[in-house]
Amino acid sequence: MSAAPAALPAESAEHPDPGPELGLLLVPPKARTGWRLVPARVGAMCAVELQKLRHDRTELYTRAVQPALWLLIFGETFTRLKAIPTGGTPYLDYLAPGIIAQSAMFTAIFYGIMIIWERDSGVLTKLLVTPTPRAALVTGKAFAAGVKAVVQAAVVVVLAAVLGVGMTANPLRLLGVAVAVVLGSAFFSCLSMTIAGIVLTRDRLMGIGQAITMPLFFGSNALYPVDLMPGWLQAVSRANPLSYQVDALRGLLIGTPSHLALDFGVLALATGLGIAAASGLLGRLAR
Amino acid sequence: MTEQEQPAVRCRELAYSFHRGRGKGPVVRAVDGVDLEVRPGEVFGLLGPNGAGKTTTIRVITTLLPTVRGMVEVFGHDCVAERTEVRRLLGYVPQALSADAGLTGRENVALFARVFDVPRAERAARVAQALAAVDLTEAADRMAGTYSGGMVRRLELAQALVSAPRLLVLDEPTIGLDPIARAGVWERVEAVRRATGMTVLVTTHYMDEADRHCDRIALMDRGRIRALGTPEELKARVRAEDPARQAPTLDDVFRHFSGRALTDDAKEGEFSDVRRTRRTASRVG
Repeated sequence: MSAAPAALPAESAEHPDPGPELGLLLVPPKARTGWRLVPARVGAMCAVELQKLRHDRTELYTRAVQPALWLLIFGETFTRLKAIPTGGTPYLDYLAPGIIAQSAMFTAIFYGIMIIWERDSGVLTKLLVTPTPRAALVTGKAFAAGVKAVVQAAVVVVLAAVLGVGMTANPLRLLGVAVAVVLGSAFFSCLSMTIAGIVLTRDRLMGIGQAITMPLFFGSNALYPVDLMPGWLQAVSRANPLSYQVDALRGLLIGTPSHLALDFGVLALATGLGIAAASGLLGRLAR
Repeated sequence: MTEQEQPAVRCRELAYSFHRGRGKGPVVRAVDGVDLEVRPGEVFGLLGPNGAGKTTTIRVITTLLPTVRGMVEVFGHDCVAERTEVRRLLGYVPQALSADAGLTGRENVALFARVFDVPRAERAARVAQALAAVDLTEAADRMAGTYSGGMVRRLELAQALVSAPRLLVLDEPTIGLDPIARAGVWERVEAVRRATGMTVLVTTHYMDEADRHCDRIALMDRGRIRALGTPEELKARVRAEDPARQAPTLDDVFRHFSGRALTDDAKEGEFSDVRRTRRTASRVG
């Protein structure tokens, strides 16, 4: 390959320097169509997310601090109190799936900030000018958030195992855990992107994110069984996708009675609705 | 007319208005009846101060904004009804620095190869060629965050080139760069154009660059095209109409057609527009 010309004098138009080999850049790639388009875009977005995590693992470690504290301090203390009826399961075991779901949600709920940052930096604008339907872009981003959450969940699972939580080693169940984590994160990141599409600024999104994370967390079965809640909070919990995620994780990891079909159904439906809402509003961010 | 013979870009009575200050302020006519035609294979410059409507025009052409009034086509494809077809023909470098600092140069280009459906077998070779075309082969595996401003611009060019676009759209590609980096960016654009024959649509407010690198230019001010032609044609018109200016520069040309100097743009333009320009300039510099 020849070196690039240092300067281009006017007469080089008549005698063009061939420069580096550009043959492939003359042929547009063949367009992918039909059902394969969305999975391909999702794959591309997930690959980018993993590449970023590989280059900078700081986020992974710092994000592990909070769940570790929940398990170590809250979990260990409440195990001794025996205040929460868990149906014979040690409280730490009961808590671990809830903390996996919670840590994934806390990350995903601020995913919209990244979208706004990408809007401001031009990254999003440029992606919107590629042959990628908005819904495919949002789905890609949502599943990229899910992939990140799975890596995080793995850290929490290892941590819980170290603390002596008795968890399944069945690979099929662990796969189910990964799916539940991906779906939950995909939903909450879509919720965040939807809010981003409405409020359009980072500051407002931060405020709303802060305001809704705690109600979502405490209004779920992550820390205690739904039966303990007052009636109105039980209603909230029933409308809260986090509860279904925790129920599925608990059933798969610890083996407590759960409603897997309902849980995955609700999570998939919520994710679908979230993708629809977020992609409908994505264009507002580009304007 | 086949796609090959169509103008690269055709705008008819294009108009776009928005509310200043995110829907609360008065309505601004950012683009107010623009007619223009970009011929295949030429470098076409859209010139004007901040707030002239250049970026809004570009955003309509790149399908980022819905066309509200008028018609815009890229190689005969309507920018609203045939968005996806238009996007496949476009390579776009926005004004803001849009490379991802958390990825290497190669990964940045590979992402765009993937979203333009470059098959896996061909991806690595194509990405390597795009990087070579902008002279970034050696820096390809460094994080983009460590690149200089001129290198980031060239990386963005590689991202746009990897899909073999027919129309390359560059929004203020050299803003904030030092003269050497500016020359470097233009050198790569020209070399690639010679090799591929693609059409280039560029906005800039550097008159000297437009004079040197554009085949034809449109002078834009307050949402309208004030004059359109080759730099020489426009200068000749000024010479004919203004006997006092027999050796006009493009700055003189702009003043002649818009009635004001290009450089008093400090008070013009949207707050966000100016902020974006300054942010880009400070990140590049």
